[in-house]
Amino acid sequence: MEQRQVMDAEEMRRAITRIAHEILEKNRGAQNLALVGILRRGAPLAERLAAIIEQIEGVRVPVGKVDIALYRDDYPERQPVVGRTEVPFDINEKAIVLVDEVFFTGRTVRAAITALVDLGRPANIQLAVLIDRGHRELPIRPDYVGKNLPTARAEHVAVLLKEIDGEDCVYIRKPGA
Amino acid sequence: MKHLLSLRETDAADIRRILETAAAFKEILRRPVKKVPTLRGKSVVTLFYESSTRTRTSFELAAKYMSADAVNIAVAQSSVTKGESLKDTLRTLEALTADCVIIRHSSSGAAHLAAQCVRIPVINAGDGRHEHPTQALLDILTIWEHKIVGREDDTYPRALSSERPFDLRGLTVAIVGDLAHSRVARSNVWGLTKLGATVRWVGPKTLLPADAHQLPVRVHTRLEEALEGADVVMALRLQTERQEKGLLPSLREYSRIWGISPRTLRYARPDALVMHPGPMNRGVEISAEVADGEGGIRAAIEEQVTNGVAVRMACLYLLMGEMMGAGE
Repeated sequence: MEQRQVMDAEEMRRAITRIAHEILEKNRGAQNLALVGILRRGAPLAERLAAIIEQIEGVRVPVGKVDIALYRDDYPERQPVVGRTEVPFDINEKAIVLVDEVFFTGRTVRAAITALVDLGRPANIQLAVLIDRGHRELPIRPDYVGKNLPTARAEHVAVLLKEIDGEDCVYIRKPGA
Repeated sequence: MKHLLSLRETDAADIRRILETAAAFKEILRRPVKKVPTLRGKSVVTLFYESSTRTRTSFELAAKYMSADAVNIAVAQSSVTKGESLKDTLRTLEALTADCVIIRHSSSGAAHLAAQCVRIPVINAGDGRHEHPTQALLDILTIWEHKIVGREDDTYPRALSSERPFDLRGLTVAIVGDLAHSRVARSNVWGLTKLGATVRWVGPKTLLPADAHQLPVRVHTRLEEALEGADVVMALRLQTERQEKGLLPSLREYSRIWGISPRTLRYARPDALVMHPGPMNRGVEISAEVADGEGGIRAAIEEQVTNGVAVRMACLYLLMGEMMGAGE
């Protein structure tokens, strides 16, 4: 399999820092804000964003994580392992930023929105992603993007995170080659 | 995994998979709106040839929380009373487009027979004296929560099971009472020992099964001996008709010798967890003080019931997924 690195650790750090600033700018600070990572790799990204927001604003925003296995629209074809949803705060009337590593078809985000509204009625839901690789199949778009990455549909974008994979970097993998 | 018929035939990896999924599903039970859309458009039939309140309700609620439609067949009012065979009843349910059948029957092996008659998954909710796998799974989940995660550990349910694996090595579970007639005791022996726990059985000789020596269990005839150093004490329901059949001199004597009370519990570890599959005969196999967890006694009887819903949600999720060609 042929693979090409498209982001290194330093580029990822800058992109995440910029997203944190953009979230604060758009929401006029960290009041009423909460971050929810989509399992698995959205969760550590949400934690990193919260840490940067705390450095900038001095406010610790609530962080949760949401598992979408039970909300997928492709359950009959694939039966994903169920992770643990954990949103230890009241989401009602909060501005929620969903965080995921790659934005592709939009179906994961659709499922995450459904999962989130089962827990309450947030004031609004925003979306932050590290990579937007295109090919969306639903009318959903991210509000904050680390990097726009044009890809072929058959390619695979792998985001590796220190917390899970031991290193920070982003690869594009071409199939078959 | 196509059916869930017994824990004897379920390997440790599948047992862990069910428990991990159940631990994740407990979060749904704490939500203000306890429903996920996963099994929307699927139907689950509970076919109970024996009376049951908690098991049947638990399965029905589990199905409903997963958005499946649940239908209960009360056998007493069904065509079974007109002489329909088990095989024909099951085939009819399949033809009615049921997606999963949950069966309880007074004959050992009924669930296996049922599984041979239909293509849809069958879950055994208790067959004769044979097995009651979901009861043992909920017991094991409860033991794991108390003894491996720790009730005081506020990271639960956040602690992922990868950090707290379903490994029960070093734990000793004593099961007390009417073992000869207990499918709960049998399923627990298979499930607990597959995850590494040691299981002891103790009860009056007249209530020990003849094949106990073929099971991975140590059989004791003195309560004190069986409870010594035990981490978990599980009292079994004593069916009062046993006395009528001459297996017991009197309930009072049974209670004094085999009943779990603050006095007899002193033989076990001070932090021993007391469990009971219900329904309880207070004052017979378990004293009211123990059942209610008075005086620092740790009893988990209601937690067992709640965990039963999560375990059954997990079983439905995993089995109905396999049916649709998913899974490994």
